[in-house]
Amino acid sequence: MALLRVENLHKRYGHEEVLKGVTLAQDAGETKVVIGPSGTGKSTLLRCINRLTEPDQGRVWLEDTEITSRRTDINRVRAKIGFVFQDFNLFTHLTALDNVRLGLMKVRRMPRAAATGRAMAELERVGLAAKANAYPAQLSGGQQQRVSIARALAMDPKLILFDEPTSALDPELIGEVLSVMIQLARDGMTMIVVTHEMGFARSVADEIVFMEGGVIVEQGTPDKMFRSPEVPRTGEFLRKISDLYGESR
Amino acid sequence: MNLSVWTEVAPHAPVLLRGLLINIQLLLGLISLGLVVGVVTALIEVYAPRPVGIAAGAYTWFFRGVPEIVLLFLFYFGLSQFGVPVSAFFAAVLALGLRSSAYQAQIFRGAFQSIPHGQMMAARALGLGRLRAIVHVVLPQALRLSLAGWSNEFSSVLKDTTLAWGIGVVEIMRQASYIRARNFTLTLPIYVTVALMFLVLTYVGNLAIGLAERKLRVPGLEGQR
Amino acid sequence: MNLVFDPAWLPRLGQGVLLTVQLTLYCMGLGAVLGAVLGLVRVYGGGRWSPLYWVASAYIHFFRGTPLLVQLLGIYLGLPTAGILVGPFLAGLLAMTLNTAAYQAEYFRGAIQSVKSGQMMAARALGMSRAQAIGHVIMPQALRLIIPPWSNELIYMLKYSSIVSMTALRPETMDLFGVARSIAARNFRYFEVYILVALFYLAMVLILTVALRWVERRVRIPGLGTPGRGI
Ligand SMILES: Nc1ncnc2c1ncn2[C@@H]1O[C@H](COP(=O)(O)OP(=O)(O)OP(=O)(O)O)[C@@H](O)[C@H]1O
Ligand SMILES: [Mg+2]
Repeated sequence: MALLRVENLHKRYGHEEVLKGVTLAQDAGETKVVIGPSGTGKSTLLRCINRLTEPDQGRVWLEDTEITSRRTDINRVRAKIGFVFQDFNLFTHLTALDNVRLGLMKVRRMPRAAATGRAMAELERVGLAAKANAYPAQLSGGQQQRVSIARALAMDPKLILFDEPTSALDPELIGEVLSVMIQLARDGMTMIVVTHEMGFARSVADEIVFMEGGVIVEQGTPDKMFRSPEVPRTGEFLRKISDLYGESR
Repeated sequence: MNLSVWTEVAPHAPVLLRGLLINIQLLLGLISLGLVVGVVTALIEVYAPRPVGIAAGAYTWFFRGVPEIVLLFLFYFGLSQFGVPVSAFFAAVLALGLRSSAYQAQIFRGAFQSIPHGQMMAARALGLGRLRAIVHVVLPQALRLSLAGWSNEFSSVLKDTTLAWGIGVVEIMRQASYIRARNFTLTLPIYVTVALMFLVLTYVGNLAIGLAERKLRVPGLEGQR
Repeated sequence: MNLVFDPAWLPRLGQGVLLTVQLTLYCMGLGAVLGAVLGLVRVYGGGRWSPLYWVASAYIHFFRGTPLLVQLLGIYLGLPTAGILVGPFLAGLLAMTLNTAAYQAEYFRGAIQSVKSGQMMAARALGMSRAQAIGHVIMPQALRLIIPPWSNELIYMLKYSSIVSMTALRPETMDLFGVARSIAARNFRYFEVYILVALFYLAMVLILTVALRWVERRVRIPGLGTPGRGI
């Protein structure tokens, strides 16, 4: 059985229907890359999965828990789904260590010493143990994003959602974040990544999902999507972003 | 409180309004005094040589740090101690007006400092003297910028006029206590009525300032602040 | 002009200072609690149409739009006629607390709203409840932003505490200005006494200003500018 199942998701803002029935399934250990033009509903889709945005219609399951059910304790589900934001959203009043530790202590109710050990291990994993006592404003964008990945990892998530994790970064900082993500994918983490980094998609994605106008236009392995897309629009879009973002990274 | 209480309050409304008229007169007097002294103080702080500027700073510091009611007593009883004949009304305008000038000076100073230096240079380049450049170019722009801060000051001094009660000015609080003395049970409704009158006055005043602000707006400069 | 200052005034003025400081700190503390609640209701209380929001807004408009003196006399003289007895000290404290709470509520609202919305989202994404997110993430940031306006408010209330002497305080519960009035009423040295008391207030303002600057520096988040200066 798939780890995550999304069924016929709809979301409307005022008169604009942003999601018009999205269905997808994700197995444990799989990395999915979601691409598509701006305003297509990619962020909305990710936020509907952990109900940071309430979908209007449709269902989402994490294993056998229906996330979209009213009876589900959404905070327990969210603790199992990591979320990495485009603009990091590190807690500005806390050090890197405290940012990673907060969820462990307040949500997972882990004792302070254990939480510290776990948080330090995650900071180590993203290469920032030395910056444990720095505040977000004292870190570069790339470092902040790596701390925010550590914050998500510390919760032992079954799945991590990445919403354009490198779009707010200066070009020379993108690499350090991508290499952390590549390592995660190789270690078998389950991830859905909205990104236009085609080098990343080619090297680690098990599947690429192309969204446009609130629906999934086409999905498939990188090989199929790049070499022989079924829908002409897919090939067109992929060529455009490969030109724009390059593939060298 | 039932309805009948309010029918008892109604006949006293004219007396309260007569008191409120004194508050309005106090307000007009003190805010004009505060405006003139405030603008001059701000000009001195920004443009005058340093020692004079420091003196102006000390002046605003004093009047911003001392409670209104202390100033009222100082000007009324303190002056009369030296044989200076002052009416309570005049002492109140003086004390509250100078206090307001200190706050207004701060508002204007901020406005003066936010006018780009190029404005002054352009005016001087036209051959205007320093003083005339200030009066004709910097001042009109600064006053316009000050309106937002000024409307806060307006609401605050309007309410502070009630403090003149402390030195015996027969304004609305004094009238309220006269009514109360004769009709003890009306105490609470009378003060509630006074409060409502101030709410209305504050609202109307801010509406007027808002209108003025729109009238004085320079086309194309909206949203600069 | 021949000025007379008498050192014998000082002990009584000192006691007045103590009461003024007490009154100010109590009202600021209680006002902060009430103000924080009102501010939270204004931001998270369910929007414009919830009754809670409406009550909080009405409260804030009323207490900000009417003179403190009216509030004080309404409480001190008015409440007893409705069968609620309050002594002069308590009436003063109550009026000042209710008044400053309305102003502080607005500072809290502003501070809470200037915490970026992503902070709440990130906290909720970790699995925190709304209350946890407010308590662990939003408020610690808002509290830092609130220090500068709160310092101004403290100085305002320190000065405004002088109006409690407009109710007949008993000698043992007299604030600084109350003491000054009673000294001046006996020896007619109005000018000297009131100038002296003015200097007392200025000194207190100065001390508080310095102390609060220190606190502000202490809690500053490294790497960020002075909290509150940028908003
Ligand atoms: N909270 C909101 N209220 C109203 N409209 C919204 C809201 N959030 C998103 N939208 C609209 O929904 C549409 C889809 O937004 P979304 O952020 O999901 O797109 P996206 O695919 O992530 O785009 P981008 O690549 O620019 O991030 C957009 O037109 C956006 O304006
Ligand atoms: Mg997006």
